[in-house]
Amino acid sequence: MTTTDPVELTRADVSELSRLLTSGEVSAVEVTRAHLDRIAAQDGALGAYLHVEGDAAIAAATAVDEARASGAELGPLAGVPVALKDLVVTEGVPTTSGSKILQGWLPPYSATIATRLADAGTVLLGKTNMDEFAMGSSTENSAYQVTRNPWDLDRIPGGSSGGSSAAVAGDLAPWSIGTDTGGSIRQPAAVTGLVGHKPTYGSVSRYGLIAFSSSLDQAGPMARTVLDAAVLHEVIGGYDPRDSTSIDSPLAGLADAARAGAAGDLRGVRVGVVRELGGEGHTDGYEPGVLARTREAIEVLAGLGAEVTEVSCPSFDLALPAYYLIAPSEASSNLARYEGVRFGLRVGDDGSHDLDEVMALTREQGFGPEVKRRIILGTYALSSGYYEAYYGQAQKVRTLITRDFTTAFAGVDVLVSPTTPTVAFPIGARVEDPIAMYAADLCTLPASLAGLPAISVPSGLSEGLPVGLQVMAPALADDRCYRVAAALEAAQDAARGHRLLDELAGRGGVA
Amino acid sequence: MSSISREDVEHLARLARLAVTDEELDRFAGQLDQVLNAVARVGEASAVDVPPMSHAVPLTNVLRADVVTPSLPRDVVLAGAPAAEDDRFRVPRILGDAE
Repeated sequence: MTTTDPVELTRADVSELSRLLTSGEVSAVEVTRAHLDRIAAQDGALGAYLHVEGDAAIAAATAVDEARASGAELGPLAGVPVALKDLVVTEGVPTTSGSKILQGWLPPYSATIATRLADAGTVLLGKTNMDEFAMGSSTENSAYQVTRNPWDLDRIPGGSSGGSSAAVAGDLAPWSIGTDTGGSIRQPAAVTGLVGHKPTYGSVSRYGLIAFSSSLDQAGPMARTVLDAAVLHEVIGGYDPRDSTSIDSPLAGLADAARAGAAGDLRGVRVGVVRELGGEGHTDGYEPGVLARTREAIEVLAGLGAEVTEVSCPSFDLALPAYYLIAPSEASSNLARYEGVRFGLRVGDDGSHDLDEVMALTREQGFGPEVKRRIILGTYALSSGYYEAYYGQAQKVRTLITRDFTTAFAGVDVLVSPTTPTVAFPIGARVEDPIAMYAADLCTLPASLAGLPAISVPSGLSEGLPVGLQVMAPALADDRCYRVAAALEAAQDAARGHRLLDELAGRGGVA
Repeated sequence: MSSISREDVEHLARLARLAVTDEELDRFAGQLDQVLNAVARVGEASAVDVPPMSHAVPLTNVLRADVVTPSLPRDVVLAGAPAAEDDRFRVPRILGDAE
């Protein structure tokens, strides 16, 4: 490639960018400018970014180039751009969580993961669109704009991290950070042809992530390759004393696991196929093309030496109802902080309303419909008289789901399923039907409720749109997800002769 | 067991400090009834002796030494507030006229 060709720079994966930057073949400013130019040209159509760090990004890149020129020892990622989902708090950079209630807020501090990315020398390109407070599976619940899927501009990019998926698939960022509460990294990655990993709960700091459902929220990487995702995960992961649920143990070697997987040997790896997620008798709502790509991907893994068996996890059938009680309950509590006093929007403060009324008016105007629905549902599920039947019972189902995983992992090393039952659906198709929208999370919810690591890796196309395979592993065994995903990726890339994302490049949607 | 009325939604919205409109009440009541019917399926699980699970990390009571640590400067915090006065958050009157 012509190393300074801006189009090539925006299509390169991070391993390649890192090599070009470290060797001095391109400057950080060239890489950053190539991305900013492409954002300026293409983001009007995609709507991936809520805020772009133009001059600040160039300044950060310039600092990297000057440090490199002066002979300073820089890390391998210095000068690599990154995009952050807009619920990652960034000092002095607008952070809205996709909500009007935080419009104009400039955070006075940065999230731990944002600080770690800055310390690694990465350059913040901007903040990406999302469903308001991460509540949604299509990014249509953003208070600001619609984000479009680069594979088909009339379809959703997934959600809630849909700005992050569209940015990376559309070559507006080489990689990005998403967050996953019930599937919000894995599902958008799946429907845009990316790799997305939800880390073990507690292994990536939540300090400075705007909370949705605190027992479920985890930040993680979204990237074009399994190796890039692993590298990004290693930058942001690890113990943080500022998060009281942070696990104080080192991360497994994730990039090493991805490299090992790409070598293509899965002998000795036991893969369990979850019957309840698209298997026999459980195919309602699953598209045939998704099931076909999943079967083929499993055959590829078997061909690489993996021992494949079917596994039954009967309680997974109740993951969706349990999740849609637990998450709204926690959200109703977390979102009580938006009361129009300490930060963000205030409505009705004209002398004619008391504090209670101002709070109610502020929240009424500041929150969108899905957020209101979930606050009301959560308030109901936690209220006296209903608590045991709803929230309490959902917590017990959570235990049953975790037990199913424990039983399954006694016999297999990883579990696999489709990431999502369908390919990207058309924009607008499910907006007025919450139940249909929630079904997009069917396969991703069990690992969320159990706090387990799970990755989505492309398994091919159905009707011209990407399909993802989900690989789940026991707590703190994130490396297994990367190993198996990298093996599938390498085998399919070799068989195809190119990467899946290359099939997007020449398309009419985003030229 | 599940059924949520328009009045229920209005009451819950008030508890949650949401000044919902009539149009929203009409729309939400139907949607929430549907959602509630769907999530009520958790009751199908036989879970009498199953302990509840609130989170996935085997940690309880994370403590730190009771010493003062750095915090954000007051002015920086107040700069983000919708209204501040005399180095404090300014709020509308808290008590109604009758009080």
